[in-house]
Amino acid sequence: MELLSETLAWFTDPQHWQGSNGIPLRVLQHIYLSTVPLLAGLAVALPLGLAIGHTRRFETIVVAIANLGRAVPSLALLLIFLPFVGIGDPLIIIALTLLSIPPILVNTAVGIREVDGELVQAGRGMGMSELGLIRRVEFPVALPVIIAGMRVAAVQVVATATLGAVVAGGGLGRYLVDGFALQDHPRLVVGAVLVALLAILTERAFAFMDSRFVSPGITGRHLTPADLAPPSNQPLIPT
Amino acid sequence: MADEPLVDWEWVLEHLDDLWAATYEHLQLTIIAVVVGLIISAVASLLIYRDRRFYGPLTGVAGLLYTIPSLALFALLVPITGLSILTAEIALVSYTLLILIRNIMAGLDGVPREMREAADGMGYTPWQRLARVEFPLAVPVIVAGLRIATVTIIGLVTVAGLIGQGGLGALMIRGFSRGFPTQIYLGAFLTVVLALMADAALLILQRAVTPWLRHGVR
Repeated sequence: MELLSETLAWFTDPQHWQGSNGIPLRVLQHIYLSTVPLLAGLAVALPLGLAIGHTRRFETIVVAIANLGRAVPSLALLLIFLPFVGIGDPLIIIALTLLSIPPILVNTAVGIREVDGELVQAGRGMGMSELGLIRRVEFPVALPVIIAGMRVAAVQVVATATLGAVVAGGGLGRYLVDGFALQDHPRLVVGAVLVALLAILTERAFAFMDSRFVSPGITGRHLTPADLAPPSNQPLIPT
Repeated sequence: MADEPLVDWEWVLEHLDDLWAATYEHLQLTIIAVVVGLIISAVASLLIYRDRRFYGPLTGVAGLLYTIPSLALFALLVPITGLSILTAEIALVSYTLLILIRNIMAGLDGVPREMREAADGMGYTPWQRLARVEFPLAVPVIVAGLRIATVTIIGLVTVAGLIGQGGLGALMIRGFSRGFPTQIYLGAFLTVVLALMADAALLILQRAVTPWLRHGVR
């Protein structure tokens, strides 16, 4: 109970809401450290996944990247570029970008490949170009799988951005790493709750995107179950 | 740091026993988490098996735990259980639950209806049917979950290095604070090797306990 009141006192202390170590700035830093790598990862993985899924070439590379992505720990990813980049934001952004690529790449490639061949044939029959097929047939049908991959990547990136504080990064991880070092429990708990909330919010945001952007024809909100393609499994990779 | 080599092989050769000790400690932390996680997941799955209504709430809780970043979960536990192995294991176990419960249930649900009916027809009690028919047939899917959980936990144990637990994460962090890349690279390399070997070992185990799959009889 003492911990709870101390934590509340820490959280409501105006001192902790301003300046370079204040909660608002730390939250913004965390969002920045997560958004930039996620967008960069998306810019690399989405076109690559679309191309691989559509052409069905280089699929073994996707499998290799998926396995490697699972086996390399996120802490290792943060530290292995250290001798080349040095500590600071660029190091964190490089590591998190690499972290975000496998789930998006794998889900995009697999999602596109699993699109019903008859749909693609129908598109071809209608005279669609290859790009038109990707844009108007394969992408919309594979979108739930692609969003699932983005969701996994985003949650992982938000979680691992916390570890960035180990290599002198900003963000909410500062409260955790400093809290451990100083044995400051209220600071630890506030940091942990904020990080957990941010991760859960991120997860919810992508669940919302799924319900908002996926065509009703795909989700089957207006169809019978018999008309549906089977939903894909999202890979499970926590951080 | 370009003037010195990234890996100081002389140091490596002189510290082989330290590296082995860190790897062994890493493996121990992993095995405890996976075994305890498997026991809890098995109990939860039995509850769900008996009453489907438990599925939603139990996987909901496991899913929530799964979403919380590991460092945050450590931080929430440290004020209660301290910088201890208990803190590390509680957090690590909580990450195995979603994967294991989902795969155990998917394995049991995947047993063909005719097999259940055949078991019932042979006069098996529900428990006998579960133990002798449904569980063995679910083993490949359960082991698939066990493999994902194990590889995941091997990665997460590195984070436990930040709360004073040993293993390869602690090795990497020592390398970071000393500015000695050799320890970082060896820690990362050994973690990946450990993950790949554990994955292969579980696959071999699964093949050994499901001999009927080898002959293409399904």
